[in-house]
Amino acid sequence: MGALQHIKHGDWLTLLLGGICVALLVLKLWGEGPADKAIIRSGGKIFRIVSLSRDQQIEVPGPLGISIISILNRKVRIASDPGPRQYCVRQGWLQQSGEIALCLPNQVSVELTGSQKKYDSISY
Amino acid sequence: MAAIALGLTVLENAIPSPLPGVKPGLANIVTLIVLARYGWRAAAWVSLLRVVAGSLLFGNFLAPGFFLSLSGAFCSLLVLAFAQHLPARWFGPVSHSIYAAFAHITGQMLVVYLWLIPHAGIAYLIPVFAAAALVFGTANGLIASRFIGASESA
Repeated sequence: MGALQHIKHGDWLTLLLGGICVALLVLKLWGEGPADKAIIRSGGKIFRIVSLSRDQQIEVPGPLGISIISILNRKVRIASDPGPRQYCVRQGWLQQSGEIALCLPNQVSVELTGSQKKYDSISY
Repeated sequence: MAAIALGLTVLENAIPSPLPGVKPGLANIVTLIVLARYGWRAAAWVSLLRVVAGSLLFGNFLAPGFFLSLSGAFCSLLVLAFAQHLPARWFGPVSHSIYAAFAHITGQMLVVYLWLIPHAGIAYLIPVFAAAALVFGTANGLIASRFIGASESA
C-alpha cells in the first residue's frame, strides 16, 4: 500500500495512543446498561422525568414549537421536532442508559438514565 | 494557500454528514502542508483566515458554529506549535494531524459544554468525535504527507 510509506515509526506510536484513547472513552462513557428513566429538558432545565415502564407521548414546548417524544417498549425517540435539520428525529430510538438526543434549535433534549447515573449535571 | 483551504471547506460543506459535528476536515490538509513547508506562523495565518473567511462566506460569522470552528482552530494550532518540534525522523504529518485533530475536538467540546449545552449528557457523544478525530486525522495526515513528500523528493 502506497500510504504506508508515509507513516513513520513515531506515527505508529501516535496511532496507538489515539486508538487507546478512543477505546478508553468508549469503555468509560458507553459502558452503561439498559435504562429505566428518561430525563426531558427544555431550555436547559428539566422539564419532566419519566419512567420507561409506560408507553406514552409527551409534548415538549420550545422556542420554535413543540417537540414530541415517544416512549414505546422501554425505548425513547423524538418523534417530531420543528427544527430545520431534524438531526434529533433522525437519530431514532434510544435504549441504553446515557444515550441522549438533542434538538438544538428548539432547545429540547431527552436523556436516558439507569439506576446508577454516572454523570450528574450537579456533581459532574 | 488560504484560498485552497477555503475551497476545500466549501466542497466539504456540500457533503452531508451523518452526525452533527463529524466532518473530515479536508481543509486541514492545507494547514498541515503549510506547517511542514513554511512553519507554524504561516499555518496559523492560513488556518485562522480560512475560519473567518469561511464563516463570512457561509453567513455564520459570530454564530455558535463560528466559535466552534475558532476554538477548534486555536486548540489544534496550539498543539501543532508543540508537535512540530517532534523529531522529524520519527514523527510526520500523520502524527501532527492526529494530535491536532484531538486538540480540535477537545476545544470544541469545551465550548459546547461551557457555553452551548452545559449538560453532562454530551459525554455520550465524545467517543464518536474521538473516533472521527483518529480516522480523519490519520487520513488527512496521509494525504498531506503525499503532497509534502512529492515536493521534497528532489
